[in-house]
Amino acid sequence: MFYREAGQFKTTYLADQQIFPITQDRIGVLLILAVAFVAVPMLFNEYWIKAILIPFLIFSLAALGLNILTGYAGQLSLGSAAFMAVGAFASYNFMLRVDGMPILIAFVCGGLSAAVVGIAFGLPSLRIKGFYLAVATLAAQFFIVWALTKFGWFSNYSSSGVITAQEMQIFGYKFVTAESKYLLVLSIVVLLALAAKNMVRSSIGRAWMAVRDMDVAAEVIGIRIMHTKLLAFAVSSFYCGVAGALYAYAYIGTVEPEGFNLDLSFKILFMIIIGGVGSIVGAFLGAAFIVLLPIALDVMVQEWLHGIFPPSISSNLQLVVFGGLIIFFLIVEPHGLARLWQIGKQKLRLWPFPH
Amino acid sequence: MSGRKIGEVILDLQNISLRFGGVKALTNISFDVREHEVRAIIGPNGAGKSSMLNVINGVYHPQEGRINFRGEERRKMEPHMAAMQGIARTFQNIALFKGMTVLDNVMTGRITKMKANFLEQAIRIGRAGREEVEHRKKVEEVIDFLEIQHIRKTPVGRLPYGLQKRVELARALAAEPSMLLLDEPMAGMNVEEKQDMCRFILDVNDQFGTTIVLIEHDMGVVMDISDRVVVLDYGKKIGDGTPDEVRNNQEVIAAYLGVAH
Ligand SMILES: Nc1ncnc2c1ncn2[C@@H]1O[C@H](COP(=O)(O)OP(=O)(O)OP(=O)(O)O)[C@@H](O)[C@H]1O
Ligand SMILES: [Mg+2]
Repeated sequence: MFYREAGQFKTTYLADQQIFPITQDRIGVLLILAVAFVAVPMLFNEYWIKAILIPFLIFSLAALGLNILTGYAGQLSLGSAAFMAVGAFASYNFMLRVDGMPILIAFVCGGLSAAVVGIAFGLPSLRIKGFYLAVATLAAQFFIVWALTKFGWFSNYSSSGVITAQEMQIFGYKFVTAESKYLLVLSIVVLLALAAKNMVRSSIGRAWMAVRDMDVAAEVIGIRIMHTKLLAFAVSSFYCGVAGALYAYAYIGTVEPEGFNLDLSFKILFMIIIGGVGSIVGAFLGAAFIVLLPIALDVMVQEWLHGIFPPSISSNLQLVVFGGLIIFFLIVEPHGLARLWQIGKQKLRLWPFPH
Repeated sequence: MSGRKIGEVILDLQNISLRFGGVKALTNISFDVREHEVRAIIGPNGAGKSSMLNVINGVYHPQEGRINFRGEERRKMEPHMAAMQGIARTFQNIALFKGMTVLDNVMTGRITKMKANFLEQAIRIGRAGREEVEHRKKVEEVIDFLEIQHIRKTPVGRLPYGLQKRVELARALAAEPSMLLLDEPMAGMNVEEKQDMCRFILDVNDQFGTTIVLIEHDMGVVMDISDRVVVLDYGKKIGDGTPDEVRNNQEVIAAYLGVAH
């Protein structure tokens, strides 16, 4: 099996504009989907699915959301976790207060609520950029978590704002087992990832990138800057909001506003820096990396370094390794793992001939 | 010049004044542009040439003066509105979208013509896919026209300066503008690149009838390709007419040509 474009001449623009123009890529994606939908539930035990794969998918979705805003539209945000919180709490309230609310619609409503809040906090982006915008989104982060804690209505007056996600049920089928939850999350994430891929290869994606790269020129071409930026905030927050709802409903079940704190926002930001800013695959690679790294380090410390370091050191080691990697990627490979992945493919395209 | 016919006045600027704080960038300037002509704006550095283009397509809003475009008195107008009305431009300092390929840059030029809504694009149904193909065809025509087929899929950041200028022209042309504003399209080019660029500009003017407003420092080029020239100095208009008239204008010679030659 060679990874080649050779012989695959595109005779129509339609063929050149397919979602995955290279045949091997198409096969690769189908293979990954087959593995994810069929093999994974059979091969992995419950612990892996529950504690690693589900959060991986949910974080991928959040990272995808942030990457649309930061990577494609160029608007730095430190409020991703807060938008997740809005999604989780809004879905909870729709389920709670609307009789017979289907769970999927509740997720969509959660995402839409996050989108509305995202637009509100995106308004400063019309005036300020870069670092200053990051500070404005930081305000969103603190304000939203504060508001969800302060006003009991959001958590139906439970103590300290904790909510317990209702049971997920679609057409009478109850999502109780880890596998069923995994498949539900996977389906949602795959659909939203495809939609994101479609957006970034259409005119809206080009408008986002144009605003990111050169806003004056974008405006002169006829792009409405305000509309474009706010749409990026809305879509990004929608993705984060759905991720937040899944986080509550399919992952931990019981959440409090504090669970969506600044640390989590930073974690999502690190995912896109490590995975690749402005790349859909990058969101997945970055999420995988950040979900798996602590586990790998834990194992390493316990197996190999046992006795040399006390076990408590592993969490600190995590921070050190994170910090080092962030610096590495920022300086050496700003396009992250996605770029390395691409270089790998490029090499493979030429393999076995070095040039 | 070939058989193209210069038409009526389509852009008329009356008594335009533009200030930035205490700096008077433009003072009481009036001039007009006729349909299908090549209109040059010349003048020494800081004369207000770029500011003039920025006024025309709505990037700057003059404090005084009136602008009439295609018979309509223009109120305060944002740049994207100018784009909708068929005014496209290139910049003095290349303003391409660095992270995108040549093809995507040029496709972006057609954004005002693409109508598929957000949901259609996200799901790729209805108009969205069809439009991508249709507009790609038009974009490929522009790419062929400017002879940049070979770099179609290259990120623009990696291209040499001369080619970037050409891609910027391609992006502007993709909008099929009726008026094209070019801010020093040949600056920093070697002789051969300049000749190519001249040929492209004249071809655009000739084949598509596009009205061209051009800022250029190279007097040889200006005299060769423009129908009429307006001369600015310190934000004031000091000359206006055919290349020959301007060349023989004493004030212009003193202010500009005298220094340049
Ligand atoms: N955005 C701005 N803010 C403040 N001053 C400006 C701005 N744009 C232009 N100016 C000033 O207006 C005057 C005219 O500038 P402009 O760029 O129009 O000149 P130009 O004729 O294009 O010069 P060059 O040949 O150097 O490009 C200059 O004094 C410039 O400093
Ligand atoms: Mg200038």
